[in-house]
Amino acid sequence: MIEQPNLKYVDDLAGDDMAFREQFIVILKEEFPKEKETYINHIENKRTKEAAEIVHKLKHKFNILGMEESYRLAVTYEKELLEGQTTADTKFKKILDTIEEYIKKI
Amino acid sequence: MNCIVIDDEATARAIITKLCGTVQDLVVIEEFDNAIDAIKFLNQQSVDIVYLDIHMPGFTGVDFVQTLKNPPKIVLTTSDTDFAIEAYEYECIVDYLVKPVTPERFEKSFLKIKNAILQKPKDNGNESQEADLKGDLYINIDRRLIKLKFNEILVIEAKGDYIGVKTEKEEYRVHTTLKKIKEKLPEKLFLQIHRSYIINFTKIIDIEDNSVLIEKNVIPISRSNRPELMRRLNLL
Repeated sequence: MIEQPNLKYVDDLAGDDMAFREQFIVILKEEFPKEKETYINHIENKRTKEAAEIVHKLKHKFNILGMEESYRLAVTYEKELLEGQTTADTKFKKILDTIEEYIKKI
Repeated sequence: MNCIVIDDEATARAIITKLCGTVQDLVVIEEFDNAIDAIKFLNQQSVDIVYLDIHMPGFTGVDFVQTLKNPPKIVLTTSDTDFAIEAYEYECIVDYLVKPVTPERFEKSFLKIKNAILQKPKDNGNESQEADLKGDLYINIDRRLIKLKFNEILVIEAKGDYIGVKTEKEEYRVHTTLKKIKEKLPEKLFLQIHRSYIINFTKIIDIEDNSVLIEKNVIPISRSNRPELMRRLNLL
């Protein structure tokens, strides 16, 4: 089962600053789908080096969303992609789908 | 103190900017999603600290550091821990923050940098200021190299393809740019206060609204350069 994202880090950082929290969610909702799409596009076109670049960005979001296991998977997967391997693609996409669902609800 | 934030991820920029707001005495004056725009900005304006993401497509954080001639203090922000050793090869890189950065870690980092910036003049101030006062610059006038002592220069003004260098006794017209001469001048004595003017900071008589008086010269202060001027004044 894939771990669930959360906003604990963002909430801790925001404190009483609800404007920051809201602004951050807006940015996340805008940025994440584009990065997901970019990743899928690179994989479909077998551009593994470029896919590694976007995995690098996405793994930071896993961290922000408190997804430690997913982060570790992304670290390994980024290195694999740089060697042309895409074996973790299915698992990685499931993580992306989970985040996408979560983002829609917040 | 002021800083800029460079990161290609909007979420990362939002977090670093928020963290900057959690510490006292630190203002984010600009955010950039790429290093090239930041370099253009730094060619026009000085900052105390740069929060820099290493891993950016095209022109990376490392390229950025290597490009700057007089880099400010740089704090790297990254998801990779394995770059740390390489990072400290650059003198200007003063810290390394691994994302996601906690407020406690950020504050600790900022206090370390703040102390380093504030202590520097105490340690070397008198000695280096004396050296700056004794220093000089040669300018080319009609194939003659004329020596100007730094402490004789009052104001330098951009005039198209030329600059006017006003000293206490004379004014010289030199075929160069303000940017080029600025690189040759000691930062402790000289300050750019307007797109077209560099002044000898020690020659200020008074400051009124948006102008500085140096001998009989009234020099305008631009809005973007005013904070740096005010920061350097020993205000009562």
